[in-house]
Amino acid sequence: MSPALELFAREVRLAWGRGGGPMVSVGFYAGVATLLPLATGPEPARLAAVAPGMAWIGLALAALLSLDRLFERDYEDGALDLITLSPMPLELTCAIKCLGQWIATGAPLALAAPIAAIALGAPLALAPLIFASALVGGLAFAFTGGIGAALSLGARRGGLLTAVIVLPLFVPPVIFGGGALDAFASGLPWRSGFTLLGAYAAAAVALGPVAMAAACRNALS
Amino acid sequence: MIPAPAFLANPERFMAFSRWAAPMFAAIAIALALAGLWLGFTAPDDYQQGATVKIMFIHVPAAWMSMFVYVCMGVASFLALVFRHALADAAAQAAAPLGAAFTALALVTGSLWGRPMWGAWWVWDARLTSVLVLFLFYLAYMALRASLDDEAKAARAGAILALVGLVNLPVVHWSVTWWNTLHQGASVFRKGGSTLAPVFLTPLLLMGLAYMAGFGALWLVRIRGEVWRRRAEAAALRAARA
Repeated sequence: MSPALELFAREVRLAWGRGGGPMVSVGFYAGVATLLPLATGPEPARLAAVAPGMAWIGLALAALLSLDRLFERDYEDGALDLITLSPMPLELTCAIKCLGQWIATGAPLALAAPIAAIALGAPLALAPLIFASALVGGLAFAFTGGIGAALSLGARRGGLLTAVIVLPLFVPPVIFGGGALDAFASGLPWRSGFTLLGAYAAAAVALGPVAMAAACRNALS
Repeated sequence: MIPAPAFLANPERFMAFSRWAAPMFAAIAIALALAGLWLGFTAPDDYQQGATVKIMFIHVPAAWMSMFVYVCMGVASFLALVFRHALADAAAQAAAPLGAAFTALALVTGSLWGRPMWGAWWVWDARLTSVLVLFLFYLAYMALRASLDDEAKAARAGAILALVGLVNLPVVHWSVTWWNTLHQGASVFRKGGSTLAPVFLTPLLLMGLAYMAGFGALWLVRIRGEVWRRRAEAAALRAARA
């Protein structure tokens, strides 16, 4: 097995198996979805109106919570130092870590998102689009979130700092994804929003690792 | 390299230049602001907006500066990251609170203007939202720099974040505009620009220049302060070793 595949398998195994794995993120997501009717009142019309938006808020928050596992533990136990010593470029390492994160937590959340949205009253026809946009949006969340996670390595109160850094970067995917769902639900053309979401995710995959690697080198220097 | 930063890259030359440039910019800012405010407050009331149009002379230049300062911060961060120049890093660090202040001023005055005009303190209009996100970027930059203890690491991490923000800000701006045009907003923020009558345009441009000069003065003073702080720290270290 090539080193890149080996690293990818390690990342997925760790993200899947360590600290409860994807079940914690999905549980958190279910908790947010449960709080929403309690906070806004259980009238079906009102809930149905905000259900797709709630799906996105929950995704962004769940992605945020799983970010501290991305670099922080490897940084603390020295594994990041060892990985950096390998001949593989650090940019590729960071991309693989984010990809593993996406597979291990983004994909289960993408499966949970349509269920939560439909439970809140979103139409059933929306489910495939919610799944697809949550999957693509999760990719964007993982790669932009990785920038924040790498930048706050070694900082005091790193988790809170990551959230402050990352939330402004989450604005475009939330807008594009939420816009596509809203357009689909009201029978308008939704492809442009979904395409822009894909474009943002692609740009994050292309440019994010450069910033992450620079931030990791800085933290390890 | 760009000529002006190259000239000022030498700290001694910068300190000599800023010693007289900062007061000069301050004097220009005060003179221009007095002229702009005088012309602005003697300008006739708008036929629709009444006296509240005068908020424009405070609000619109602040909104311009909020973006201009971020570009300054981004350029300084780039120079700090690529050339590892301490002065450029001090410039980026000094610009962030000023930019946040301009952005906050734009948001607050805009809110005060929106209440009588739109009947709401805040609407989720594209322009308002993107300025709010810009404010969050400034806060994130300052929070990152404040929470890393090692100054050299904080400088490089801050520079990376500022550059990420520089790439991301246009995307945020477009995305927010796109979002707003999909959901027809409650009201549309319309900027005057060249459609403005000269009686309003002249004081507005004067105020814009005054804000610019004021930023120049405050920025230079803050960079000077940062240079002095670092020198004092280095001197304290030397004294401790001796």
